[in-house]
Amino acid sequence: MLELLSFGKSGWGDELLSGLATTMALAVLAFGVGLVCGLLLMLFRRRGTMARYVTVSYVTVFRGVPELLVLYLFFFGTGTVIQSVASSLGYTPRINLSGFALGVFALAVIATAYAAEAFRGAASSIPKGQLEAADAYGFGPVKRFTLIELPQLLRVALPAMGNIWLVMLKDTALVSMTAVAELMRQASVAAGATHRPFTFYAVAALIYLCVSFLSERLFKRAEARFALKEASA
Amino acid sequence: MNWDLLLSFVPQLVAGLPVTLSILVCSLAIGLVLGALLCWARMRRAPVIAQAADFYVLFFRGTPLLVQLFAIYYGLGQFEVVRDSFAWPLLREAWFCAVLALGLNSAAFTSEIMRGGIIGVERGQIEAAEAYGFSRLQIARLVLGPQAVRFALPSYSNETILMLKGTALASTISIMDLTGIARKLSALHFAPFESFIAAGGIYLVLAMVLTLSYSAIEKRLAWERERKTNVSPV
Repeated sequence: MLELLSFGKSGWGDELLSGLATTMALAVLAFGVGLVCGLLLMLFRRRGTMARYVTVSYVTVFRGVPELLVLYLFFFGTGTVIQSVASSLGYTPRINLSGFALGVFALAVIATAYAAEAFRGAASSIPKGQLEAADAYGFGPVKRFTLIELPQLLRVALPAMGNIWLVMLKDTALVSMTAVAELMRQASVAAGATHRPFTFYAVAALIYLCVSFLSERLFKRAEARFALKEASA
Repeated sequence: MNWDLLLSFVPQLVAGLPVTLSILVCSLAIGLVLGALLCWARMRRAPVIAQAADFYVLFFRGTPLLVQLFAIYYGLGQFEVVRDSFAWPLLREAWFCAVLALGLNSAAFTSEIMRGGIIGVERGQIEAAEAYGFSRLQIARLVLGPQAVRFALPSYSNETILMLKGTALASTISIMDLTGIARKLSALHFAPFESFIAAGGIYLVLAMVLTLSYSAIEKRLAWERERKTNVSPV
C-alpha cells in the first residue's frame, strides 16, 4: 500500500501530487475568474430591464444545468466552432484546444453565475442611505463603488464565496472526464494500472477532503477577521 | 446551429427521462432515511456514533461526487469479500451504484438541512411541551416536526435540484440517462451544440417544475398554519 503511494518510478505519489497541483490551478483560476466576472455581471444587471433579463437568464441556466453538461458543451462544442471558423478562413489542419483552458473556462462560466447571485444578495444588504451619502459628498460612480460598496459587499459575501470555492474545488473532478491530468484523472490512471481502484479513489478522496477542510477553516478565519466588530459597551 | 436537428433530438432525450428520474427519486429516498438517522445521531451526541456521523457528513460534503461514485462502482470490486457477498449482483449494476453514491451523498447534505430545521424551532416550545407532559415521540410529531419541515423545505428544494444535476454523473459509468443519451447523440451526429443544449433545456424544465412544486407545497403548508390559528381556541 505504501509502496503504491511512494514517489519515483514504482509509486504513484508524484503523479497524484502533480494531479493535485493541476486541480488547484483549475480551481483557483476558475474561482478567480468567476468572482471577477460575477462582480461585473452584478454591475451589468443594474443597467435597465433588458440587462436584468439577460443576467437572470444567465444565472438560471448555469445554475440549473448539470455542470457535466456545461463542461461537455464547451469541451466538444468549442472545438467544432473554432474548427469551422478556421476552415472557413482556409485553415484546415486540426486544431487542438487545451483541455485545461477549456476546463477553466467552463468552470468559470458556472462560478460566474453563482458569484453574480451571491454579490447581488450582498449588495442588497447595504443601506441605500450610504450610497446617497456618497452621492451627496460628490463621489463619482467609480469611487462610490470601490470605496463604499465593494468593501462591504466582499465582507457580506464572504461565506457565499467560501461555498463557491468548495463547489469549484469539487467540480474540478469533472474535468477528468476530458482527460486533463488533474487529481481525479491521475487516480483513475493509477487505478487502472495497478488494479487497485478503491485504494486510489479513496486516497484521492482523502486529498480532496484535506483541501476542503483546510480551505473551509481558512474562510472561517477570514470571516472572523473581517467581521463587523460589535461596539463594546 | 441546426434547429431541426435539435428538435429531432428532444424525443430521443426524453426517452432517457425515466432513468434520470428513477435515479433522482431513489437516491433522494435513501438520502432522506439515512439523513434522518445521521441527524438523530449527531443531535443526540451519543459518544462514538455522533463522531462517526460527523465524519460521514464531513467526508461526503468535502469530496467530489465523482470520486464517491467511482470508488463505489469501480472500487468495491477490488475486495474479495464484496465480490463474494450477497450484495455483489447489485453492486455490479451501474444503476444501483449511481443510486447508492448519490443517496449516500445526499444523506450528508440532508442531515445538515434537517438539523438546521430542528434548530430553527424555538427551545421554549419544546420545554413547554415537556412541561405539558408530552412524550418524546409526541414532541417530535406535534411540535418539532411540522415546524422543522417548514423551515427546512426551501433548503431541501435546493438539495433536490443539486441532486438532479448530480444524476448527470451517472452517464460517466455507462448509464444512458439524459446526459448519457446527449453524449451518444453528440458523437453520432457530430452535433455537440444541438444535443447538449437540447439536454440542458430539458434539465432546466425539470428544475423549474421541481422548484414550482416545492414552492406550491411551501405555500400550502403556510396556509394550513394560518387556517389553524384562525380557528378560535376551544
